[in-house]
Amino acid sequence: MARNVNFDLSHPLMEAGLESPVDEEGVHDSFSQLIAEQSQNGGMSDAYELQQLQRELDEEGQDNVSYLSSPGREFRGRIQERRDVKLEEDERQTDPLIAERWSSATLRILSSMPSRTIGRSRGAIISQYYNRTMQLRRRRQSRPSIKDFSPSARPSIRCYGMEADCTDGEGTDGSKRERLVNNLQNLSVTDRIRMLRAMPLSVAEKGELRRLALQKEKQTLSGSKLPCCSRLKYYIMIAVRQSWYSWLSFLHSLQLWQVALKRVSGRFGTGVLSYFLFLKTLLFFNFFLFLVTGSFLVLPQAVHPPVLPAGRQPFSGLELLTGAGYFSDTVMYYGYYCNDTLNKTCKDDGAVLSDSMSNTATRDCESKRLSYNMPLAYFFTIGVAFFITCIILVYSMSKSLSQSFRIDKSHSILAMKAFCSWDFKVIKKTSVKLMSENICIQLKELLAEVNHKRVKNTMGQKLWRLMVHGLAWAICIASTTACVVGIYYFSDYMHQNLQQSSRSVIENPLLHEASLLALPVLVSLINLLLPGLFNLAAWMEDYESPSIRTYVAISRNLMLKVSVLGVLCYHWLGRVAADPSSIGLKCWESFVGQELYRFLLMDFIFTLLDTLFGEFLWGLFSEKVLKRRRKPVFDIAKNVLELIYGQTLAWLGVLFTPVLPAVQILKLFLLFYIKMSSVMMNCQAPRKPYRVSQMTTIFITLLCFPSFLGASVCVTYTMWSITPSTSCGSFRGLKTMFQAGKLWVAEMEKDNPNLSVLAKAHSYLVENPLFLFVGAGIFLTVIYFHSQVVDGQRKIISLLQEQIENEGEDKKFLITKLQSIHEQKRTPRRLTSQDSAC
Amino acid sequence: MGNKQTIFTDEQLDAYQDCTFFTRKEILRLHGRYHELAPHLVPMDYTNDPDCKLPLALIVNMPELKENPFRNRIVESFSEDGMGNLSFNEFVDMFSVLSEMAPRELKAIYAFKIYDFNVDNYLCKEDLEKTLNRLTKEELTPEEVELVCEKTIEEADLDGDNKLSFADFENMISRAPDFLSTFHIRI
Repeated sequence: MARNVNFDLSHPLMEAGLESPVDEEGVHDSFSQLIAEQSQNGGMSDAYELQQLQRELDEEGQDNVSYLSSPGREFRGRIQERRDVKLEEDERQTDPLIAERWSSATLRILSSMPSRTIGRSRGAIISQYYNRTMQLRRRRQSRPSIKDFSPSARPSIRCYGMEADCTDGEGTDGSKRERLVNNLQNLSVTDRIRMLRAMPLSVAEKGELRRLALQKEKQTLSGSKLPCCSRLKYYIMIAVRQSWYSWLSFLHSLQLWQVALKRVSGRFGTGVLSYFLFLKTLLFFNFFLFLVTGSFLVLPQAVHPPVLPAGRQPFSGLELLTGAGYFSDTVMYYGYYCNDTLNKTCKDDGAVLSDSMSNTATRDCESKRLSYNMPLAYFFTIGVAFFITCIILVYSMSKSLSQSFRIDKSHSILAMKAFCSWDFKVIKKTSVKLMSENICIQLKELLAEVNHKRVKNTMGQKLWRLMVHGLAWAICIASTTACVVGIYYFSDYMHQNLQQSSRSVIENPLLHEASLLALPVLVSLINLLLPGLFNLAAWMEDYESPSIRTYVAISRNLMLKVSVLGVLCYHWLGRVAADPSSIGLKCWESFVGQELYRFLLMDFIFTLLDTLFGEFLWGLFSEKVLKRRRKPVFDIAKNVLELIYGQTLAWLGVLFTPVLPAVQILKLFLLFYIKMSSVMMNCQAPRKPYRVSQMTTIFITLLCFPSFLGASVCVTYTMWSITPSTSCGSFRGLKTMFQAGKLWVAEMEKDNPNLSVLAKAHSYLVENPLFLFVGAGIFLTVIYFHSQVVDGQRKIISLLQEQIENEGEDKKFLITKLQSIHEQKRTPRRLTSQDSAC
Repeated sequence: MGNKQTIFTDEQLDAYQDCTFFTRKEILRLHGRYHELAPHLVPMDYTNDPDCKLPLALIVNMPELKENPFRNRIVESFSEDGMGNLSFNEFVDMFSVLSEMAPRELKAIYAFKIYDFNVDNYLCKEDLEKTLNRLTKEELTPEEVELVCEKTIEEADLDGDNKLSFADFENMISRAPDFLSTFHIRI
């Protein structure tokens, strides 16, 4: 710190910091600029400290006229002052920056420091935004290399006050504004709107700026002779913007459950709200999936119904549960879809419906171009739907990851608690009270933690804890394994049962159909009861931190669900699909589709039962019989995991049951209202603090990683290597579903030899596993780079933090130096002026 | 609510759309809410920018704000005169900043203003004490409040001036991922 700091502008400050990185120039720049402005305000010379002190002394001299009149008193006064200075100096060493002690010159500099003018005056804000628009314009005009960026564009140093003037004079204010308007006018429409929206000014002010900018734009447009095309471009842009706005407001009017969500968030805060938002996200995914399958598979097939081999079974009511019987030969299942080319239209008017009845007649006037290749459509629809879902999922996952794990969270926990823990959404009185109690408790806990560092557990206690955890995990793993083995043998038993019944004549078809429900009921029962056991184990373990408890609960539930689904997938794809004829199935895909339908439905029914008994009746019981005042708390983690499980089923089943997303939509829709009313009636606001963004990230990740990935692996495996049924479905007669694309390409090549390039491309890209490997490799590389970038950012952040601390030190140093120079100059001056007075 | 053409001109609605995070419909709904607060004071016709302000007491009674411990500060931070009288523009401003779409920086600026009780552009000890008392409904003892204030400032203060400037505050906010979702009022 032993630098020679000179406040003379001819000897610039940054020379003092030769070792400082280039980034710091901005700070020094602004510093020297500020000082320059300060001296300009004073008016006369460049030598800042002298004239500043001069003025200072003049002022003080005027104040101290009475001292001058009596030298003796002045002398005493001076001694007093010196003593004060001494005292000040002493105090400064202990507490260097207590503002009241500074002289007015130092104070003035302090108050005009860039960081302190933020948000204070309109002028400062306007000039700050002027700088930003400048940067934006520069950036948009050309993509400069990194060194062309002004230092303030980098994250280290803010652009605040780069040109912030400390004078709020009308003249400069006006010109700043003028320049800002100019810049705004030159920005593109979207940039301008984004800028305007983000400005911390009042709407009236912003409206005025916008009006001026628009006016200018119009003037320049009408004033200058614009070529016709750019004028046209301008009008097109306006029209596009108008239509975009109307589209937005239309979308907004479609927003689901606005009022209901507001009520939930007003009563339970962000935590419970996140469950419903997650449900809404799932609804969106299913809506998308159904839109794709519905418009490309279900609708074309429904319009051209194939000729059914036999009469349909009568409707008995049980179908709604089992999905079999009456439903089995409908558009619901894969088996119904035909394997030939549908002819969309044959006449010019495109009458789709009219020719649907006479399939044979239309064959005569078949035109290749308007045909609809069903197997191909099936293959590509499922593929594209999965691909787009994957992209959306990965995108939202990375977005929420970057949001929640952006920065290490080691520091300022108390500060965050104080400033960021209040949930402004909550509007219900009791919940508000509960929330403030919670915050109070958390603050106390944090204080206790800060005061006494945690007491070390003894060896025995540690061992005991370890044993308890081990026991709990052992119980959980053992029960999970037992359940999975049970499901395995039970499904095997059911399978053999089916084999036997396929050989003999079924005497009671209804009973036979109902027996199909046994497996789903068992699995759903396990899914319902085992989490209770896990909760019991967690209660035994008695975790201190609520977040660890949540993570443990999530991982145990996940373990259960993944292994159950694994066994079921083996049952379907390994047992049923491998030898469908042994259980008398003509179309195993339809059977698997029905199974998935049953599972989905049973899952829904058991969730309903859980809501009824677990939440409603238990709440009543504990209130009336146990006389407990507290209502149960909504278990967000468990409920979200249930949603994820259901979604996995839906993704698994979409290949075999193209309308399964519709069933899932219906289920989610009902679930929303049921859960909503249950929460409103039976639950109270959660007591535990809930890290919303982190949890949301985890849930999205779970939805992506085991759930979606597992489902797509199963679907891909089915398409790639399992032989489809020979007598039903779109892919009958093919060795694998994947061959549909191959055949199509081969056919196309035969018809039109010019397209052989496409065929080659297809054989290279799709059939060659190398392409898959390369794709996966690229994907992994991208992920690797991304993680490296994040890592680098983290490092930069810590470096910058260090830099900020250093700058703070520098600031302190500079200010004390300034003050001491001031003091030095003042005291000899005093002496000399006093001498001359004498 | 009447026909939208009678309340605002298209021009005005466009301006609102460009300057806030609301769509036309929401602006009209906000006007409805504003009108509801004082039907005899607020005109239905806003085409010529009538000069009409509602006092703090009325606005604070909205169900969205009624139970909020910082309600007075919220309203005051958004009023031009600092006394809590809000014109319709400022009313829109308030809910625009508190809406879901507002960026972190904008929210941070206004959160800072809200927590800055004595309007000196710093969060000093005094401000923190008031904040804590409101958060906890004065359940903490004065010593505990004192301690929390000290530790908070110690944690978040980067430049060592014993109070939090906006830069300190923003730096702290940037590490709190939940701030964006909690500093949000659904209208």
